[in-house]
Amino acid sequence: MASETMSYREALRAGLEEALNQDPRVFLMGEDVGRYGGCYAVSKGLLAQFGAERIIDTPLCESGFVGVGIGAALGGMRPIVEVMTVNFSLLAMDQIVNTAATLRHMSGGQFHVPLVIRMACGAGRQLAAQHSHSWENFYAHIPGLKVLSPATHSDARYMLGQALADPNPVLIFEHVMLLNEPGTVPDKPDAPMETALIRRPGTDISLITYGGNLPKALTAAEQLQQDGISAEVVDLRCLRPLDKPTLLNSVRKTHRAVLIDEGWQTGSLAGEISAIIMEDGFWSLDAPVRRVCSAEVPIPYPRHLEQAALPQVEQIVTTAKAVMEGR
Amino acid sequence: MARQSFDIVMPSLGADMRDGTLTEWLVAEGDHVSKGDSIAVIETNKGAIEMESYYSGTINRLLVQPMLTLPVGAILGTIDADSNTETDAEENADADIVTDNEQPVSQSISPPIHNEPPIVPVVSTAPATETSVRALTSQRLASPIVRALAQQQQLDLRGISGSGPQGAILLKDIQTLLQAQSAASSPSEAATAAPSSKAVTPKTATSSRDSNAMREAIAAAMEKSKREIPHYYLSHEIDLSVAKQWLSQENAGRDPDDRLLLTALLIKAVAILLPRFPALNGHYLDGRFEPAPAIHIGTVISLREGGLMVPAIHHADQLSLNDTMLALRDISQRSRTGRLRSSELTDATITLTHIGDRGSDSVFGVIYPPQVAILGFGRLRQSPLVKQGQINICDTMTVTLSADHRVSDGIQGAKFLHALSQQLQQPELL
Repeated sequence: MASETMSYREALRAGLEEALNQDPRVFLMGEDVGRYGGCYAVSKGLLAQFGAERIIDTPLCESGFVGVGIGAALGGMRPIVEVMTVNFSLLAMDQIVNTAATLRHMSGGQFHVPLVIRMACGAGRQLAAQHSHSWENFYAHIPGLKVLSPATHSDARYMLGQALADPNPVLIFEHVMLLNEPGTVPDKPDAPMETALIRRPGTDISLITYGGNLPKALTAAEQLQQDGISAEVVDLRCLRPLDKPTLLNSVRKTHRAVLIDEGWQTGSLAGEISAIIMEDGFWSLDAPVRRVCSAEVPIPYPRHLEQAALPQVEQIVTTAKAVMEGR
Repeated sequence: MARQSFDIVMPSLGADMRDGTLTEWLVAEGDHVSKGDSIAVIETNKGAIEMESYYSGTINRLLVQPMLTLPVGAILGTIDADSNTETDAEENADADIVTDNEQPVSQSISPPIHNEPPIVPVVSTAPATETSVRALTSQRLASPIVRALAQQQQLDLRGISGSGPQGAILLKDIQTLLQAQSAASSPSEAATAAPSSKAVTPKTATSSRDSNAMREAIAAAMEKSKREIPHYYLSHEIDLSVAKQWLSQENAGRDPDDRLLLTALLIKAVAILLPRFPALNGHYLDGRFEPAPAIHIGTVISLREGGLMVPAIHHADQLSLNDTMLALRDISQRSRTGRLRSSELTDATITLTHIGDRGSDSVFGVIYPPQVAILGFGRLRQSPLVKQGQINICDTMTVTLSADHRVSDGIQGAKFLHALSQQLQQPELL
């Protein structure tokens, strides 16, 4: 089967469709996923195709319907719960963190929670602070959860299937700026979902990122190439567990690293990765690790301020150049 | 007054020099040297240069083995200066502070060296213990990868100047060291030879000089010159009939080896005139002109394998014509075989270029920064000159002056060329 060109949104929908077709235990649940077709139109058409028993519109009560999802998973179903944006998932945080993440451990392995929670994340569409934050680091902090960040069309298409096959609760973060982008979907997944991938090989510096910032890092790498700097772009793909060998091997090769993370720098995932490099890759470094993160403000509504608050290509390039000089 | 210890560092023999190869020590530990004595031979992209001591004193330690390429500023050894050494106060401002403490500490930030044997930054036959290497590497800021490599490969980081923040040594700073190491074909012999041993034959200038490197060096200097110096150009046709005739007579009675060349005459004439034209003799540094107190005439020597050297004839104004000729012969020879002294390459106050008898009628030189003038001597040729309404066939030469407009104006330059013409009409006075 040849590869296909489609939007990131279409790739997500193709993944959902396949999951619903392959396994009768799979159902989709969330605010507006049915009649409205999903807040970002990902599940548009699925209600007509699969019926109201498998495409379920829920009331505005994140804690409630995520809890239902956990119960259904415990009861043998394979629920896919859509939380409109990561910002709203904080209302369900108790269910996710205190219940879904802990039950396998607390039951001594007797109960699994094969739940998948999908949510939109990130900024750039002028949705103001309460719809634009990057909380994925909160979930990446929690043992018992798996956290995925599909940055490519291939991952948008295939990570859902891989997540459903996992006995643990898996959270999938879909960056809102990727939805409309067209791209290529091959006929099979790039790699197991927990493996980080080198999206562009290089020898001088590692740009380590995930999700919505992958395209920015790739553009920055192109620009750096014009200045004779060979940047390697590492796509983490899975934020928990982190694929340490892949990212450390990259740093051992290039001796330098810039981490790009849309979260705020303080307490960020970038901070965690930096610490991993310090602990296990320190002796291969030729310069301090640097981070390009969002400005430490609630993401602003006005377009120019929103763009100013987010990591941008120019910042990545400037930071990478500084690191090349040992600064 | 306490004796001061100074580092002997890889000298910078021009703005374009990044590194040099220590090919030979000319002194041993414990030797006493006077300021200006040659202490080592350094191979650069300009050829082999004899490095002179900046101090009178006793060679304390020789830290680096010959045949190692190191960046400018790398510490090669230390010297205990005599207490009465006359040192340039400005140059040694730091040393004064050291003196106030009355401690014979080394001037650089490298650790004081006691009795450990010289550390040889090439693969050693016996691996050093981990602690000793840590002692070596922990004294300098260095990136983790540099430290790890230093430990693995027994590199001594003390002599390396780092390009990172606060002088931290980065990977690129030790690239030459690592290359030297991997390229060392007989590392164990080099490692075990005593530093003062002359067993290692220095590469001769001609065999090792990289013509590309020399081209790069010339390019760097000339680019800087054309970018920074606003040149003005003058040319003047000088009648050398009298001078040539006088020279023929003078040489008739001499053995071929002692004969004078016209170039010596020209150098001498320029040298004795320059005190009257201080704006052409000196250096433009840090935004201002410093007239030079002495006259050191740099002479462009073309090398047979291509490229140029510009060694200086020191105090040319105080040399007799015969001595000028001797000096010219000496620097020409040494330029071609290597072994110029570092001061000869760095302290010229004006440059003189000669296109030669098979060259062009005139040559307009590019000023060698930070100097402010260059004289160009064209081909000696026969041409018609009109004198008192008569056409005469004369031996003439077009002499040009390229000078720095920030320092002098055309009228001063023209006066100089005119005076030079007058001077050369009385060769017997030279």
